[in-house]
Amino acid sequence: MSRSLRRIGVETFAVLASVVIFWIPLYFVLLTAMKSAPEASEMNLAWPSKIQLWQNVKEVVAFRDHMLLRAFWNSTVLTVLSLAAMVVVCSMAAFVIQRRNDRATPWISFFVLAGLIIPPAIVPTIWVLNEIHLFKTMIGLILVEVALGFPFCVMLYRGFMAAIPREIDEAAVVDGYGGYRLFFTIIFPLLQPVTATIVVTQAVFVFNDFTNPLYFFPGAKNATVQLTLYNFTSQFLSQWNLLFTDILLITIPPLLLFIFFNKKIVAGMTTGSVKG
Amino acid sequence: MTKVFKRIYTYNFLLPAAIVYTVIFIVPTVMSFFFSLTRWTLFKWDFIGLENFKTFFQEPSLSIGFKNTLIYAAVTCGLKVVAGLLLGVFLTGKIRTKDYLRSVVFFPVLVSTIAVGIAFGMMMHPTTGLINTTLALFGIEGPDWLGDTRIALLSVAAVDVWKGVGLATVIYIAGILAIPEEYSEALQIDGGNAWNKFWNITVPLSRPAANAVIILAFIGGLRSFDLIWAMTKGGPGFATDVIASIIYKQYQGGFYGLATAGNVILFLFVTAIVYPLSRYLTRKEVDL
Repeated sequence: MSRSLRRIGVETFAVLASVVIFWIPLYFVLLTAMKSAPEASEMNLAWPSKIQLWQNVKEVVAFRDHMLLRAFWNSTVLTVLSLAAMVVVCSMAAFVIQRRNDRATPWISFFVLAGLIIPPAIVPTIWVLNEIHLFKTMIGLILVEVALGFPFCVMLYRGFMAAIPREIDEAAVVDGYGGYRLFFTIIFPLLQPVTATIVVTQAVFVFNDFTNPLYFFPGAKNATVQLTLYNFTSQFLSQWNLLFTDILLITIPPLLLFIFFNKKIVAGMTTGSVKG
Repeated sequence: MTKVFKRIYTYNFLLPAAIVYTVIFIVPTVMSFFFSLTRWTLFKWDFIGLENFKTFFQEPSLSIGFKNTLIYAAVTCGLKVVAGLLLGVFLTGKIRTKDYLRSVVFFPVLVSTIAVGIAFGMMMHPTTGLINTTLALFGIEGPDWLGDTRIALLSVAAVDVWKGVGLATVIYIAGILAIPEEYSEALQIDGGNAWNKFWNITVPLSRPAANAVIILAFIGGLRSFDLIWAMTKGGPGFATDVIASIIYKQYQGGFYGLATAGNVILFLFVTAIVYPLSRYLTRKEVDL
């Protein structure tokens, strides 16, 4: 009896702690986004005298010639194209890396692992992008995202590929399949679960990425949502309500992914990190 | 491997990835060693030897980055390891709100770092911020979390832990759930209690998870940039400047050679610490 009482006590405490530690900051963001500028500057948890969330949303969206809309468009394009490229390029690479086993294999593994550890060299990357005329372009930024996501994706794909029996390949070859047909019509569809994991995990990463757009995609026209949020901090100095409305808006996409794909994201992040 | 399969598993599949990875990642990494020895404007370079590195070590506003980076990485990593383990054990126990708590703890991992930095920056405001006004209710006068040079770095580190502990927790949960039941059954027969179970089963047998958390958190801590930049921009003064933020400042100032030297130092820092650390940790793993 006393034992189960204690258990209930501990659990109640944990739930309360979670409310204080995790819900209050979220609630604070939501409240501030609903307030008027003077009320928001008081920075408290008081209920707004007038809820003006919709008005704030309209104001933030219209700010600086609808900068935020362009940012959302850029971020969407960046995320979708980076993911499409990552999935195709990394699954193909993992196919060969996992299936072949020759003198090059340890070297390839070494380079993949290095990519997980080594911090990217920033200015030399700008130099390379500049030389191939891709600096400050969407394609350049997408290539950066693909290159930096490559080690993680290859590891996940390779781990999953190991469970696909080689007999399938052999049967296909007997039936006269070539490498490309084997991969694209048989193997790639079988990778669907891990592809889904990669898509949702990397979507969150790329959408939330701040550092790479900051360095490789500068310029007013090139804003991504994270860059606009950062730039708004100096432009909305006395309008915290608008700043927090922006926070609210850019949290919606990851929130949706979280609600629908929580399990997949957790699975992707745990297997990805333990294998590394 | 037969000839047929060499043709089937052609290296052409690897080609797109290899090109992108080489051009965007490997070439810049290799070239960074050269450009760190130059005064550089992207279009023109002058070889100046180790001058940039000397500047980095002699200039107090730059060398403070080494200390701060190490402190930041050690503090965030240590807290994530301990808090992640405790939360992991708690959330694999017999509790009813398991799913709710797991989701709540994990959610901040998916929120934009910049957003988290801005929100906490406001809550840490010395006079009107939520944290200090709450402390004032209990008669405690809270410090200036981000304005006091002695604690600013630790304040940012605490927010980093808030945001990142969810990842550590789910890794631990996966590791703890992988421990076979027989161990705890055997312990129960021997009359062990929950404390014995924690120290003699959970901690040693969740080692692979712990190692993953340590390595991941440590690398993340050493490379950390966006949260610090969103919250303090390296200030007050240089109190929260880490190597990554110094690289950005030098880049903004047009000192490309110096910024690249910072990158090389960060590279050496990370490999010099992480490589031996991971060797050491994997040697101590036990097989289930």
